[in-house]
Amino acid sequence: MANSVIDQSTLISLEKVERWYGAFHALKAIDLSVRKGEKIVLCGPSGSGKSTLIRCINALETIQDGSITVEGQLLDGSSKAVDAIRREVGMVFQSFNLFPHMTVLQNCALAPMRVRGTSRADAEKLARKYLERVRILDQAEKYPAQLSGGQQQRVAIARALCMEPKVMLFDEPTSALDPEMVKEVLDTMISLARDGMTMICVTHEMGFARQVADRVIFMASGEIIEEAEPEIFFKSPKHERTKTFLGEILAHH
Amino acid sequence: MGPVGANEFLFLLQGLKWTALLAVIGFIGGGIFGMLIALIRSSRNAAARTASAAYIALFQGTPLLMQLFVVYYGVALIGIDVSAWLAVAIAFTLHASAFLGEIWRGSIEAVPKGQAEAANALGLHYVSRMKDVILPQALKISMPATIGFLVQLIKGTSLAAIVGFIELARAGQIISNQTYRPLLVFGIVGVIYFIICWPLSHFGTGLEKRMAKAAR
Ligand SMILES: Nc1ncnc2c1ncn2[C@@H]1O[C@H](COP(=O)(O)OP(=O)(O)OP(=O)(O)O)[C@@H](O)[C@H]1O
Ligand SMILES: [Mg+2]
Repeated sequence: MANSVIDQSTLISLEKVERWYGAFHALKAIDLSVRKGEKIVLCGPSGSGKSTLIRCINALETIQDGSITVEGQLLDGSSKAVDAIRREVGMVFQSFNLFPHMTVLQNCALAPMRVRGTSRADAEKLARKYLERVRILDQAEKYPAQLSGGQQQRVAIARALCMEPKVMLFDEPTSALDPEMVKEVLDTMISLARDGMTMICVTHEMGFARQVADRVIFMASGEIIEEAEPEIFFKSPKHERTKTFLGEILAHH
Repeated sequence: MGPVGANEFLFLLQGLKWTALLAVIGFIGGGIFGMLIALIRSSRNAAARTASAAYIALFQGTPLLMQLFVVYYGVALIGIDVSAWLAVAIAFTLHASAFLGEIWRGSIEAVPKGQAEAANALGLHYVSRMKDVILPQALKISMPATIGFLVQLIKGTSLAAIVGFIELARAGQIISNQTYRPLLVFGIVGVIYFIICWPLSHFGTGLEKRMAKAAR
């Protein structure tokens, strides 16, 4: 193949992805390709389809047209493809979604045991490794409700890392947090980025975008309006809607 | 009028034994099948969902007494010779499975959607998603209603008397007929029911209050 060099480094590729909710067109011909190790920040006004887009990548949402490929695996609607892709893709939600009836350690050890068939001892070893990685190992025996929001979100990151994914998706990971806890979560994400993790982050933390993003993508009304390196994106946005959006965001911060 | 002595009391306790046994069988049988009903009711298969909804509607929409009759005489009609015991156990199991199924379906749906999503995102399959993530939370949510239904079921076992079962209420009736002291005898029977049901009810409402407080 002529483009095999590109294929080699492409981890995720979306082509002409379409998503409708009834008569509502949520994603319009989305094309997106993410290279290994690339960090992408996805921003845009509420309802623009950011969550829908990243949720399509790990098949939490289905698409009606176009194609999604992760690590060469085409999401073809088969459960085999869904399984394969979910093994490579970790996700962190705005509302943490930790399992409240399990300890922090159990939260982290569950998926390796059930999905990979890892023994409990090994799964817990893995869990401790990644809890250490997000600097929260000392809380391993606690229940989520006993932790602060920032701590819970770091546990959620560790839980996803325990599956040793190739890509991490973040859907507004700091939006539900009190301001004083935003930094500890962003710092964790920054350190993950430094380690070379491929990341797609839906966030309005523009400082984070400046610091780690290779590309900032702006969405509105289900379309990718503009994408650029952070320097260019913030300094000289081309599209009128991008300018308006940046104006609003920066006025808030 | 005859005395109500130790013998009479022992007879009542014999009846209580059957009452407890019927309730336990109904609860265990109903628990197992009710879990199945709840899982089918919250499954993705539309036909299965409709069928389980109809099953629930049928048993919630008809009196337990009628269900007992239909199973008791119906089973005999098909030509299967089962003991009264088995017939009544089947009837209570069917009845309880419909009610528990509906209670548990509600609590499965009450678990926040993010829980199933997080499980899905981690790659957990249906069995693990249910067993490890959803059901432990759903059962906790359902506890007050489940206990409330158990109390109803214990009281409902008195209907088994109609097909010849000498459970607690029927035993009371027999003793009352022998001693001509209906008020005393049924007073005692009532107290026995109360001693069993009230702590359960109390426990159930206590749980409910604690959970409401924790949710705040
Ligand atoms: N399950 C659904 N059913 C119907 N419409 C939906 C559904 N999920 C999302 N939508 C619609 O699709 C559009 C895009 O939603 P999405 O959640 O992707 O937006 P978003 O960019 O993530 O917004 P936010 O910043 O508020 O999170 C919204 O208008 C939303 O109302
Ligand atoms: Mg969103």
